[in-house]
Amino acid sequence: MKFGTSLIIGGALFALAIFVGLLAPWLAHTDPVMDANLMNAEEPPSWTWWFGTDAQGRDIYSRVVHGARISLTVGIVSQLVNSVIGVTLGLTAGYWGGWWDDFVNGLTNLMLAIPSLIFALAIMAVLGSGLTSLLIALGLTNWSFTCRIARASTLSLKNQGYVQAARVLGYGDLRIMITQLLPNMLGPIIVIGTLGMGSAVLAEAALSFLGLGIRPPYPSWGSMLSEAREQITTAPWLSIFPGLAIFLTVLGLNLLGDGLRDILDPQSRSQRA
Amino acid sequence: MTDSPLIEVEGLRIDLNDRASHVAAVEGVSFRIDRGETFGLVGESGCGKSITALALIGLLRQPLSIGAGVIRFEGREIQRLPAAEQRALRGNRIAMIFQEPMTALNPVSPVGQQIAEMFVLHKGKNWREANQLAVEALASVRVPAPERRVKDYPHQLSGGMRQRVMIAIALACGPDLLIADEPTTALDVTVQAEIIELMRNLCAERGTAILMISHDLGLVANVCRRVAVMYAGRIVEERGSADIFRACSHPYTQGLIDSLPRLGSRAALGRTRLREIAGVVPAIADFPDGCRFNPRCAQATEICRTTAPELTLLDAGGLVRCHHHA
Repeated sequence: MKFGTSLIIGGALFALAIFVGLLAPWLAHTDPVMDANLMNAEEPPSWTWWFGTDAQGRDIYSRVVHGARISLTVGIVSQLVNSVIGVTLGLTAGYWGGWWDDFVNGLTNLMLAIPSLIFALAIMAVLGSGLTSLLIALGLTNWSFTCRIARASTLSLKNQGYVQAARVLGYGDLRIMITQLLPNMLGPIIVIGTLGMGSAVLAEAALSFLGLGIRPPYPSWGSMLSEAREQITTAPWLSIFPGLAIFLTVLGLNLLGDGLRDILDPQSRSQRA
Repeated sequence: MTDSPLIEVEGLRIDLNDRASHVAAVEGVSFRIDRGETFGLVGESGCGKSITALALIGLLRQPLSIGAGVIRFEGREIQRLPAAEQRALRGNRIAMIFQEPMTALNPVSPVGQQIAEMFVLHKGKNWREANQLAVEALASVRVPAPERRVKDYPHQLSGGMRQRVMIAIALACGPDLLIADEPTTALDVTVQAEIIELMRNLCAERGTAILMISHDLGLVANVCRRVAVMYAGRIVEERGSADIFRACSHPYTQGLIDSLPRLGSRAALGRTRLREIAGVVPAIADFPDGCRFNPRCAQATEICRTTAPELTLLDAGGLVRCHHHA
């Protein structure tokens, strides 16, 4: 793909998702939860019902539009939590070294050894379903890659002349980390964060599909898919549109992450992971 | 307070701790620098001059550590000070500029901010005042259009400009001692002269003492009042810089001076080879017994191979570490 193309397409898709999420109340035709009408149950897509209706006669289009709010909130907030945890642990571990580094490394390896979705499932099982517990579960389980990157960047950056210079000029550890190390590692952290948002959106869908995330009747893309499961042969539009929404959002985020990587880290163009 | 020297190093030994062995990378180094004085430390790469400087500001890292000796700043032992007080000295009372102005500036923040940070950090200014002071600091190192340059990033500046910025950062808080570690090695010769001139003038104006570290004897002798020559971790000669060219006493110093090309000399005209010192500096792990210079010294005798010479006071002033000094 030509340089910049993935950035533009990804950015546009992500911007569209944000736009839809922000303007959901104005874009939606009906209330996604309350406007059930059994007279209109399982209507196929038409000019009136753009994406069709579900078994309770609710407008799928309105539900997908409102679902963007939940999916994006989960994606962005949980990834922010992950980034903060990962950067804090990785930066301090790389900078101070010693037993703290060993401890953080052990913890990271432990997290990498357990599939994060299984871990999130376990947390959800304890906390119960709902948006808050979803944010907690996904925010605590996906920081290990960020942590690794932050630690590796710190190890190479802390021997740079300007970090040494800062030490000589009397900067304290915290100031060195915040003003010297963090800004210089931000590129890869942002890339990982963007890609992580994509997987958080997927994880939300998976957890909701399994009935542990957002509970019906609230419209999350995952829970819509879960509800649509039984009518997949008779009313495929019930699953196609939420599925498409997930697909486009995650694709957008992945392309955006790739595009950002090209811009922020020119070396990676030759050695893509 | 006033009659104690600004900084005093006594019998400094720096150990290089390997898993297997402990060797002294620097040994028996003593010198003092008074307020406003200029002192030069000259030697080849790896002779221990840079780690001596790091020891002065308390920043030796493993595997290096201070094995013996004391460093006093205004009569207080630096190693004994709590970490927070050491940090308050660094950048504020003792500042340092580096060899590589390319890498010594943070690439992601504007240079003005990096200067301003010093005022925030050490003088408790708020950012607005600090930014104003940063413009003045840039102006004082004669950067043209400083109010625009403060917004520039390091990659937008030339090497000479960056070194000026480094000097502005180092002198921002009006330190008492400026350590200049090969400040001009990475610069063009013409820029070199400007930077040295600037550094010397600014320090003279503010009464800042300079510890200049370089491999360039000519440069150091030009800037500094007194010069110490280091070889393989020891100071071999310490003299007033005017005397060192006229009548140096240590064979190593003589070798360094002979290896400098001079305008009009036969070597410079290409008729004879420039004289060099035979051999190379020994590695830290296998410093020879006796005088460390003996394998390369033309005047070496039996005693040089067995007994390490002590620093002796010369009648003409100065110190030399040689059994056969003139």
